[in-house]
Amino acid sequence: MRLIYEKSVAGRRGVRVPAPEKDERAAIDPKLRRSEPAALPECAESEVVRHFTNLSRLNFSVDTHFYPLGSCTMKHNPRACEQAAGLPGFAGLHPILPQLRGGEGVCQGALELLYRLERSLSEITGMAETTLQPLAGAHGETTGTMIIAAYHRARGNRKKHIIVPDSSHGTNPASAAFAGFDVVTVPSNDRGVMDLDAFRAAVNDETAGLMLTCPNTMGVFNPHIEELADIIHAVDGLMYYDGANLNAIMGRCKPGEMGFDLCHLNLHKTFSTPHGGGGPGAGPVGVCERLRPYLPISRVVQRDDGSYSLDYDYPESIGYIAPFYGNYGILVRAYAYILMLGASGLKEVSETAVLNANYIQEGLRPLDYAYAATNDGRCMHECVFSAKPLEKYGVHAVDIAKGLLDHGMHAPTVYFPLNVDEALMIEPTETETRETLDNFIAVMRELAETARNNPEALHAMPRKTPVGRIDEVKAAKDMILSAPQ
Amino acid sequence: MDNPSFCSLAENDRVEMLKRIGIDSIDDLYADLPAGLACDGLDLPQGISEMEMLRELGGLARSNRDDLVYFCGAGIYDHFIPAAVDPIASRGEFLTAYTPYQPEAAQGSLQAIFEYQTAIVRLTGLDVSNASLYDGGTALFEGMMLAINHTRRRKVIVDAGVNPIYRRIIRSSSSNLDIEYCEIPLQNGLADRAAIEAALDDETAAVLLQNPNFFGCIDDLSEIAEQAHAVKALAVVSCYPQALALLKTPGEMGFDIATGEGQPLGIPLSFGGPYLGYMAVTKKLARKMPGRVVGISEDGAGERGYVLTLQTREQHIRRQKATSNICTNQANCALRAVIYLSLLGKEGFVDVAESCAANAAYAYAKLTEIDGVEALCEQPFFNEFVLKLPRNAAEVAGEMLKRGVAAGFPVGRYYEGLEDALLMAFTEKRTRAEIDALAKDLKDVLGTGGVK
Repeated sequence: MRLIYEKSVAGRRGVRVPAPEKDERAAIDPKLRRSEPAALPECAESEVVRHFTNLSRLNFSVDTHFYPLGSCTMKHNPRACEQAAGLPGFAGLHPILPQLRGGEGVCQGALELLYRLERSLSEITGMAETTLQPLAGAHGETTGTMIIAAYHRARGNRKKHIIVPDSSHGTNPASAAFAGFDVVTVPSNDRGVMDLDAFRAAVNDETAGLMLTCPNTMGVFNPHIEELADIIHAVDGLMYYDGANLNAIMGRCKPGEMGFDLCHLNLHKTFSTPHGGGGPGAGPVGVCERLRPYLPISRVVQRDDGSYSLDYDYPESIGYIAPFYGNYGILVRAYAYILMLGASGLKEVSETAVLNANYIQEGLRPLDYAYAATNDGRCMHECVFSAKPLEKYGVHAVDIAKGLLDHGMHAPTVYFPLNVDEALMIEPTETETRETLDNFIAVMRELAETARNNPEALHAMPRKTPVGRIDEVKAAKDMILSAPQ
Repeated sequence: MDNPSFCSLAENDRVEMLKRIGIDSIDDLYADLPAGLACDGLDLPQGISEMEMLRELGGLARSNRDDLVYFCGAGIYDHFIPAAVDPIASRGEFLTAYTPYQPEAAQGSLQAIFEYQTAIVRLTGLDVSNASLYDGGTALFEGMMLAINHTRRRKVIVDAGVNPIYRRIIRSSSSNLDIEYCEIPLQNGLADRAAIEAALDDETAAVLLQNPNFFGCIDDLSEIAEQAHAVKALAVVSCYPQALALLKTPGEMGFDIATGEGQPLGIPLSFGGPYLGYMAVTKKLARKMPGRVVGISEDGAGERGYVLTLQTREQHIRRQKATSNICTNQANCALRAVIYLSLLGKEGFVDVAESCAANAAYAYAKLTEIDGVEALCEQPFFNEFVLKLPRNAAEVAGEMLKRGVAAGFPVGRYYEGLEDALLMAFTEKRTRAEIDALAKDLKDVLGTGGVK
């Protein structure tokens, strides 16, 4: 499709605002003014609406396609949550209000929602208190690693590194580095679980903590979790729970009871706020009792008279990490979701997500001539296969991904986790029907057959999408990152 | 169960699926979970229907005042949002997609981001924009980190006109990194050129500024960018997007990095987020920029297509050596921004800015007529300025709030010695009648409160 800028015709107007009243006092000194107006599109409203509507139709999305993107938890996003976030009493509220005298009185409902969500998330994770401020999962990790650093500083500990397994998300080591730590990566064993001996060898007095997803990115619940926590705690390290995979365990177990000291959650994964094409999300961080002093400010508290207030007086706090109270609109959606599901609904979510993933894992297992299972037992919310057996036909994970697109399904996460060659990481989520799962398995079988019989056809896929495979090398080389003027 | 769980299986499906897997019950799926770690359910209320949830949250929403007239800005502004923004940005195809890792299945999101990047480049007058960051404060922090990584230096000069909330975020976010800050007080409302020049040395990575600054004052900062470049430091400026419609751009002033809060571009106030951090840089910094970025390429048939590019900077490839840990950004907010800018268009966006400036000029004249009220500094402004009141501004703002008017932000909260100063903002949404009423209310409040 042509760019909106290519549809622009000089003099065309879209939405009009009342013409500015001529007021010479408003005249800005020419030496402070830009030399010419920014070359924004000049289009009629109809053209703009049609342009972006048609752009949207070029996308795959959860609303339109099965989207089994591993570790991203692409579940259905209930529209009731959107409606709640759009209520004028939330959407129209200026964030500076609570900082005005008497301002908390005009936004009690908004503060109460924060308080209730904070309590709910603390219950789900088994943590003592949760900050809702982090603006995304990685921002939650930033916050968490800052809390780890603050804890060790307060204790007078001389800590140098944070340990991550080789199957971890890239954000884990990047966030650890951000808080000033070195990163020690521990390999996984055959089952995709961090190797216990290698882990033991990596831990010493300079270990600040361990960052772990559990279940991990292989979809495996680490059976040694209690032992890992004991080893880390023995050197006064902290156990950090990366909540990317919380969708597997709600109501079954709680990170806070598994030996973890702090955790972040991805509300845009587990709590069903829409991914938005890459955000916005939200990454609340929960901590155990002894880490509470370090949580960021402000914090929502309930006063004795039952009213809600923001409190800033925490001298050991890591300070401000976001301008206000987090991505509030996302927090409303997540709370709406929790309210609707309740205790048993959340548990049902996790159990169904795990059931669906195991159904796919068992469905693909017989196709081992094409996809090698990485797990011979049960998986949690996702399963990982390797497309390595297809190499003999010259077919790779990327080809299977593109083949799925031609069958009207989004691809799984490919080439991740890094400890698996030719990884295909599949997370169906709980909101898919059995027919969809059966259809996915059938398509995977068909693609395996195509790989065996006609690999060239796979290399040419996708053919039914708006464009074929994009030359990524050319994009990086040409570096055309905006429309030429 | 009466409450929705959004799970799509019937009871019979579950039974059949368990059988196919070869197990008897869901509990068998959790066999790896050590028995001692299993929890006894969740201590949360039972679920409720969609209708009941909306009733409950509707009650919470209604207990907030949604009829306030806003004259407070301080970085977040109450602008008009054209009706078409919401329905298009909320289309499921945009809203329920994820980061466009599979470009063939995400050309809609990718092209929209490319168009957003183009708009930011054109607004800032710089060469390259990323696909978005979280908000204005974290964007300025990322801009500073880019300068530190590029120059391999550790000293940062911060002008006191930078939003104090941003300055706090920057300080706390970098508390574990070895950075030396040098904060330069304003001189009569503007950046102090002599003091900045004196502080610049060959240890300096960056000088951080804001235009208009927190006090609403506008300035030509070209000279400071030049001073920074003289010692091979980078110049970073945070800008209000609507002001960029009129004001000399970061590019024209010779800045290396521009960041800012994109909330005014069609994103609701929503009590603090989600918002939009934007960042634009010069071409030579492109490969060190944090965050996603979309580029043009083509498919095998030569058809134009869009794709995430320069990914070797990013955490999923570089891990601890990445330029930033950012993964999920604010794509849907960036989409809102480009739809907003396209709907208003080249002339409409200037109209919005001119209306803001005209309203502010009208209010300035009207408010400074009140006995005892005067401008804090006599500097040019865009749509926001600080008035010195005859008594404590926090008290006055509190009394105004009781009248349904969010009259402004008392800057004494962040600036010592300015307890009588009120920062006021005027967007195109404010009418002359509202401004007249504001002046009348302020006069009343100051009259009844007595003069010190």
